[in-house]
Amino acid sequence: MTLKEIVKILNATVLNGSDMLDVEVRAGCGCDLMSDVLAFIKADAILLTGLTNTQVIRTAEVADIKAICFVRGKSPSQDVIDLAQEKEIPLIKSSLPLFEACGRLYQNGLQGCSEIE
Amino acid sequence: MTQQKEITRVQELIYEMKVEQVMVKDVITVEPDTPMSDLRSLLRDKRISGVPVVEGDRVVGLVSIEDFIKTLSDGNMNCLVKDQMTKNVKIIYNTDRLVHAVREFDRWGFGRFPVLDRKSRKLVGIITKGNIIQRLLNKLEIDYHAEETQRFQTSHFFESIITDKAKLTLQYDIIGKDFNRAGEASSNLKKSLKTMGIPQQIIRRVAIATYEAEMNVVIYADSGSLTVRVTQESIVVEVVDSGPGIEDINKALEPGFSTADDWIRDLGFGAGMGLNNIQKCADEMNLESTVQKGTDLEFIVNLNGEGKDETI
Repeated sequence: MTLKEIVKILNATVLNGSDMLDVEVRAGCGCDLMSDVLAFIKADAILLTGLTNTQVIRTAEVADIKAICFVRGKSPSQDVIDLAQEKEIPLIKSSLPLFEACGRLYQNGLQGCSEIE
Repeated sequence: MTQQKEITRVQELIYEMKVEQVMVKDVITVEPDTPMSDLRSLLRDKRISGVPVVEGDRVVGLVSIEDFIKTLSDGNMNCLVKDQMTKNVKIIYNTDRLVHAVREFDRWGFGRFPVLDRKSRKLVGIITKGNIIQRLLNKLEIDYHAEETQRFQTSHFFESIITDKAKLTLQYDIIGKDFNRAGEASSNLKKSLKTMGIPQQIIRRVAIATYEAEMNVVIYADSGSLTVRVTQESIVVEVVDSGPGIEDINKALEPGFSTADDWIRDLGFGAGMGLNNIQKCADEMNLESTVQKGTDLEFIVNLNGEGKDETI
């Protein structure tokens, strides 16, 4: 699934990386605990989270996460957006709660991290 | 590298370079009225084989060791330089291409040429075959070095190091309680490993484990250091801090066990998964800690291993 499709499904706003919307995302992961993200996420997945600090970007960088979607209408600070820009990680945000955002993507065929190699 | 290529580069250089880049600038000269007997000590002391003969600022001849030997054999040591010198001197100009100098050497068979300034016609240098060879070797060495550096940076660098055993140590400082910079060391390490051409899966495992370890230092200690030793066999990461230490290591290793405050949990950490994550990513992990003193964590990721958890 491309990031562009995800933006459409979640009715999301693009915070940065509007030139990277064609990237292909292999799976999704919904989580607020970064240690769990590090433990369970697969490379090239999208992370849906309600956490908006710089650690999310660092985690994404370290774990080869393709894109990040902030849920529940949360917006990160400019520092966080700048860091993501520097690391070339696109950020989007949606007003949906975590469960519903994940549910919609799953319904539309995006797989979970335990389902892919 | 083929011989053909080297020859081509030398040919290229002699077309590129000018005589003034190669010539010796501090020219030793003699006057026409210098006695031949003085020439002996001059040639010997300066370790040269010939000098231009100058009158005012005009080159009027050239006297060499051959002329000196001839004078010796004639038993005519009382004569002057002007009697023995070569008068019909072939000169070249400072702005000539080196290739012209090389052709002149071939053509005349001389050992040296005085170099004149093209405009003022004054003597500005002297050039020998030895100078040319030396300068070319020097230039080739610079080129080669630049090429090597380039290759070093862009490709799999362990493969380009010829040695029986290579060991590279990278060191990063970790600043405690600085959450804006937390993760920077891991981020920089990840970049460096990429430059080295380490396989992606390995980098991912090292980066995740290092990030967890770095977060532990940032959360609990005031400062720490990250030392990474990369060899052809493995990557060994050692994270040392001077924090509060761990009271019960076995308990700390239990998934979900945590002593973290709420504010740490707000950052998305402190869920009691850090050490488990490190264990999961590494092939080997050693943890030593003394309460009130600090913690020393070491983990190893093998490079040629069976590839522990491929799905990480």
